[in-house]
Amino acid sequence: MTERPQGRSPVIEAKGLCRHYQQGSELIRALDGVDVTICEGEFVAVMGASGSGKSTFMNMCGALDHPTAGNIKVAGQELAEMDNDALADLRNRYVGFVFQQFNLLPRTSALNNVMLPLRYRRGLPADAEARCMHALEQVDLADRASHHPNELSGGQQQRVAIARALVNDPKLILADEPTGALDSRTTVDVMKLFQRLNEGGMTIVVVTHENEVAGYAHRNLFFRDGKIVEDTGDRAGRAAS
Amino acid sequence: MTVLETMKIALEALKLNALRTALAMLGIVIGVASVIAMASISAGASKQIEDHITNLGSNLLFARPGSTMIGGRQGGSGSSLPFRESDVAAIRQSIPEVAAITGNNRTGAAVIYGNKNWQTSIQGVDAAFHEVRNWHVSEGRGLADEDVRRKAKVAVIGQTVARELFGETPPIGQRIRIKAVPFTVIGILEKKGQSGMGNDQDDTILVPISTARARLARGSSPVPDPVDFMMISVADGADMGAVQSEIEDLLMKRRHIRPGEQADFDVRNMAEFIATRTATQATLGLLLAAAAAISLIVGGIGIMNIMLVSVTERTREIGLRMAVGARERDILIQFLVEAMTLCLIGGIIGLTIGGIGAAMFARLGHWPVLLDPVFVAVGLVGSGAVGLFFGYYPARRASRLNPIEALRYE
Repeated sequence: MTERPQGRSPVIEAKGLCRHYQQGSELIRALDGVDVTICEGEFVAVMGASGSGKSTFMNMCGALDHPTAGNIKVAGQELAEMDNDALADLRNRYVGFVFQQFNLLPRTSALNNVMLPLRYRRGLPADAEARCMHALEQVDLADRASHHPNELSGGQQQRVAIARALVNDPKLILADEPTGALDSRTTVDVMKLFQRLNEGGMTIVVVTHENEVAGYAHRNLFFRDGKIVEDTGDRAGRAAS
Repeated sequence: MTVLETMKIALEALKLNALRTALAMLGIVIGVASVIAMASISAGASKQIEDHITNLGSNLLFARPGSTMIGGRQGGSGSSLPFRESDVAAIRQSIPEVAAITGNNRTGAAVIYGNKNWQTSIQGVDAAFHEVRNWHVSEGRGLADEDVRRKAKVAVIGQTVARELFGETPPIGQRIRIKAVPFTVIGILEKKGQSGMGNDQDDTILVPISTARARLARGSSPVPDPVDFMMISVADGADMGAVQSEIEDLLMKRRHIRPGEQADFDVRNMAEFIATRTATQATLGLLLAAAAAISLIVGGIGIMNIMLVSVTERTREIGLRMAVGARERDILIQFLVEAMTLCLIGGIIGLTIGGIGAAMFARLGHWPVLLDPVFVAVGLVGSGAVGLFFGYYPARRASRLNPIEALRYE
């Protein structure tokens, strides 16, 4: 992974991005012409009603899906040209996912949960454990490394999930309703953690329908009917355009 | 991910549902156990037959009336005339490589001593029987030429007969009745144990062949002094094949069969004779093993079922693994290893149970059992292969899941 100068190089570049699919006889236009560029170091909140296309956009950014038309580059790589294995490798190396339901493996220690992405690299790095511990330190859970998910609170579980997203040193963290299953106090903790990571240079995209959560981000994208209807631009003045 | 790590994950997943795992494994356990038990038991029988042949000695020939197999057809045994005493004498006299020869007229009868009776096989033989079969007496004396000449009503009894009729009483000198004819017990044969066919060789009584003809034969014979079959021991160092064909030629001449015509008797090496039985037994063993293999396949279907359930239950986990970078192949391998682990553990348990079962069978059924390491290997490889085969479809289904839908799966 090559280091780029912080601030300007684009992590997500979508041009005329479309994702259509057939549901029965109906053609669903989940994404219908999206143009957006998200650069390194940005903290973006993606908002919209359910069915607006924000989740589909999220999946596209996470290299989980192929576009129907238009194109999208993630970490400089054109998704339309990649096969499933290449997409898997892209997700592994450049993207860290955080989910509403945490999706930690049960009966598996925090450390081993964090290590999961490293296991799917071609060859487990020799310093795997040290990297996991470093990731857990970043979320202040180094002392809970040997705990299993059922021994951790909801907020702690989500922080373990964030450490898992960080462990491969990704270009981008994608969080899908990361506070949806948390109470308001732990929501603040988790969002502050994202803020801190962003201040450290990490690009973060959060999908949410809560305005307070979106308030932590520097740029908000509003989706409706598969299109971006409002883009606030980077209020922190970090992004391009 | 290394296979070892994948196996660890698989074991974790299997431990989670211990009861379900055990039930799914049961089919494999039963399959492997029955394959192993069947194979061991039939191999044991074959091994015993081989041992028996060695025990009999490879210098033993066996002649009986009845046509040899020609062109796939076999004449019924006994459909042709029996041999005669003069045939026995002719072979003894004209073929120098014959070390000893005895006729043998066998019949079944109830034997009575006091208030006890015992059904056994009565063999009318010549005194040479002891030498031919290398089977002598442990007590008393064996049959002598004199007994045969005099048609003496004397009997040499096997160990089983001695035990069943006499218990603690010393049998020598006692009178027994065979088909209402009184005989004096003159000797007890050495213990011989089971034959290759699994029957008790010690459950027999020897009487002079002449006495058997005169006193015990059923109905009248088409020839004078009939001999049902002959047992011939060939001198050490002689060419068995040559002696065998010499005897054949002689008997052909004596039975007025022209060279080239089909013989109405059969001279065979004892080993050959028993080998045909072995072949039958091997076929039976194969059938048993095939039946057992079917149960292994049924077990495999159980594994497939449980793996499909597991894939469905863990859809979100699969989605997550894909999201963090697992390729399709990684997921495929994970579930294949899981199915194979399940089958291999089942296989190991099955091997143990099958081995114990075979050993118990050996003990209780007095049946020889041979647990060949090859069976162990076949059992393990077989159960692994079942896992691979029946685990493939569920694993492939897991690997083909759409990660987006899998992550959203409730």
